[in-house]
Amino acid sequence: MLGASKSSWLDWKWIGDNLQLIRSTLGEHLILTGLTLLLGVAVAVPVALASRRWRWLYPPVTSVAGILYTIPSLAAYALLIPYTGLGSRTTTVVPLVTYTLLILVRNIVTGLDQVPGPAREAAEAMGYSPRRLLVRVELPLALPAILAGLRLAAVTTVGLATVASLVGSKNLGWLMLFPGFQQGRRTPILVGAVLAVLLAAAIDAVFLAIERLASPWRRADGGQRRRVEPRAAA
Amino acid sequence: MSIASEVIDWFTEQSHWRGTFGVPHRLREHLYLAGASLGAAFVLTFPLAVWLGHRRKGAFLAVNVANIGRAIPSLAILLLAVQWLGLKEWPVVGSVTAWMALTALALAPILTNTYIGLRDVPDAVRESAAAMGMTGWQQALKVELPLALPLALAGLRTAAVQVVATATLAAPVGAGGLGRFIVDGLAVRDFATVVAGAILVAALAIVVDTLFALTGCRLLRHRAE
Repeated sequence: MLGASKSSWLDWKWIGDNLQLIRSTLGEHLILTGLTLLLGVAVAVPVALASRRWRWLYPPVTSVAGILYTIPSLAAYALLIPYTGLGSRTTTVVPLVTYTLLILVRNIVTGLDQVPGPAREAAEAMGYSPRRLLVRVELPLALPAILAGLRLAAVTTVGLATVASLVGSKNLGWLMLFPGFQQGRRTPILVGAVLAVLLAAAIDAVFLAIERLASPWRRADGGQRRRVEPRAAA
Repeated sequence: MSIASEVIDWFTEQSHWRGTFGVPHRLREHLYLAGASLGAAFVLTFPLAVWLGHRRKGAFLAVNVANIGRAIPSLAILLLAVQWLGLKEWPVVGSVTAWMALTALALAPILTNTYIGLRDVPDAVRESAAAMGMTGWQQALKVELPLALPLALAGLRTAAVQVVATATLAAPVGAGGLGRFIVDGLAVRDFATVVAGAILVAALAIVVDTLFALTGCRLLRHRAE
């Protein structure tokens, strides 16, 4: 059962016979990723705004998020099983949301901090209330940084969600693991892996499009492509 | 009996600390596999990253290795590798295939961070070094590398935590390590073992992360004096 078998990498007949299964695991993966990002933003935005108002909050918030981020995903899922059950969506989504927090909170705070002082002062001089300043000036200017965080969070989530198949989540990881690995079939592993990469790439492209639509001033250079910079891991 | 007291009982049970199925043995398997992967990734990547960063060339490589590494789920890498090559048991690392897969995973953070660290050393510093008559190698190793150290260490730390975390996934593909407790517990619905395994894995990851952070702090403080 375990170990190399000589089954084909791309068995079109298997794919044809199991389209329904492939579609449902892909759908579940998309739902898990979407839920995670939604809940991640719902938690990260208030936390980021609070730690901007009360600066002393920021270091402890990032340390706690950092420790949560360090916990291996399989361990996090396993820890929740006695409370949220095997195979439930909660068991999968709660750890995934905690992993997005570090990335999202950090990017939102950094993005807001990078808003140029003159832009803020101009809005204040025009009589903007703090809330209006935040919604109309600061958040739009911080949007590229926030979306960069969302893109990173999305890619991470798609990858880590596959691991949840070990605790019963029927996502693309399940496709790789059970019809694939455990049955000694290579095609489902390859299909699951390729679809996971494509899903991550598609979500990335969607956020990139939103970023371009939402920050037209960044296209003032005639739509010239920004140079891709390697990002250091912090 | 509540799950918490079951888990406490699990940890106090003598037999869980002895033999091939005991915690010390599984911990050793985990650490050997993770350590060998981190070591191999360092040897493969670090000299290349120093050279590329010094020449300020190869940003394309650094970006793409990092991005591809992030996009392919690590579970997929392990499953594909084991399906392709088999487990191939070896002494020390346990499974050669898991070792290679984890090594591939650790390459990106070491490469990207070391590269950026050296590349971003200010021109003025490089020019001073050149003006003092340093050769290219001396510049790279005596000036740029020490300045790049904080970022390079951060990359090593990221890689270490990632490898320790992903070594857990060696268990579902048939290798050893602390992940075995989670996988074997799940197989028989023994949730005390599952949770105990999860606590061990989480604790190990946090300890490794902290150790790397402290080493980094000590190295850098020493230099500042």
